[in-house]
Amino acid sequence: MEDIDAIAVLQDPVRRRLYEYVVAQGREVGRNEAAEATGVARTLAAHHLDKLAGAGLLESGSRRLSGRSGPGAGRPAKVYTRARGERSVSLPARDYRTAAELLAEAAERAGLDAGLCAAARRRGEALRGPAGPCGGLEEALETLAARGYEPYREEVEGEAAGVVRMRNCPFHAVAESFPPLVCGMNLALLEGLFGTEGPVRARMDARPGECCVVVEASKNNID
Amino acid sequence: MTTARHSAHLAQLNVSKLLHPLDDPRTAPFVEMLDPVNAAADAAPGFVWRLVGEGEADATGLRPLGDDVIVNLSVWETREALWDFAYRSGHLEVVRKRRDWFHRHVEAHLVLWWIPAGHVPTVDEAVGRLADLRAHGPSPRAFTFASSYTAAEAAAHTPDEDPAAV
Repeated sequence: MEDIDAIAVLQDPVRRRLYEYVVAQGREVGRNEAAEATGVARTLAAHHLDKLAGAGLLESGSRRLSGRSGPGAGRPAKVYTRARGERSVSLPARDYRTAAELLAEAAERAGLDAGLCAAARRRGEALRGPAGPCGGLEEALETLAARGYEPYREEVEGEAAGVVRMRNCPFHAVAESFPPLVCGMNLALLEGLFGTEGPVRARMDARPGECCVVVEASKNNID
Repeated sequence: MTTARHSAHLAQLNVSKLLHPLDDPRTAPFVEMLDPVNAAADAAPGFVWRLVGEGEADATGLRPLGDDVIVNLSVWETREALWDFAYRSGHLEVVRKRRDWFHRHVEAHLVLWWIPAGHVPTVDEAVGRLADLRAHGPSPRAFTFASSYTAAEAAAHTPDEDPAAV
């Protein structure tokens, strides 16, 4: 299915709610749960979830949600997660990805990490505008969500407020090709966006499958 | 597929030319990260083996490619396991700051190649793979993350068919 057709599948409001719910969980979601969360009947949710899977926006599998196995455990339930592939449409056609890859390759070869990070930090500060450093983790969640990072709170022992982690890397494709360069750029952008002297700070703490940065309360500040 | 999961393992050699000696204060932040990052490697999913100097905790004392060049030679179950450790663990912080401690690479500095599971690669073998990559570009014998080959592709690639192989 062409990207434009796959994206058009989201025009149905129920389907879009279901898609956004599944994506936001960051794990496998069953039909019952998705139906309850979006307030539609199970059969309708099942129909739309399968449409989304058919369009390649979700992936489906089957799991025994009860945790039991063997005879008597019941039929496996169908579960859904976001598909890994990217979809985009640009009218007229634009190809910023190739431009980004070529610029990153040139920057990597020339060793321009410091210059790229300085530019990213300035951009983060410009995006913040005249506002002071980010005031707290709630504000950080909003800022990150608006920039497509899909942030969520994670509880951490010894951190009353927990930390903010991000499911989505907005620079995924170039970050996969040039990790230290692009992840360093991303960290610098977020440092500029939140400030480095305020109540929250961005720090590199990479994990498989997520953004490389974690945002937490500064150690010398009470959140 | 589950019993003999990986009949081939992925070996990697990574070389870095130091800006300053290891005992120089400017290199201290790197040296401080060695133990925790090596411990993270040892505990990482898919980690098999890494080279250490005799009686040492790491391989920084071995200088097969020159007095100012440190090497890192390790074996992993899969490409993904190595990639996740290299770029999705505390190791990313080390590579992010690489320009503080190491010269910019002019030639390839990282080489990957498949080995039979159980085989322990030697430094000579690793250096030979790096030379192969530098001389002939990526091939199933010696490749990079950006141009990787599967174990099956490497196995299908017999030396007889390859004029570059000696």
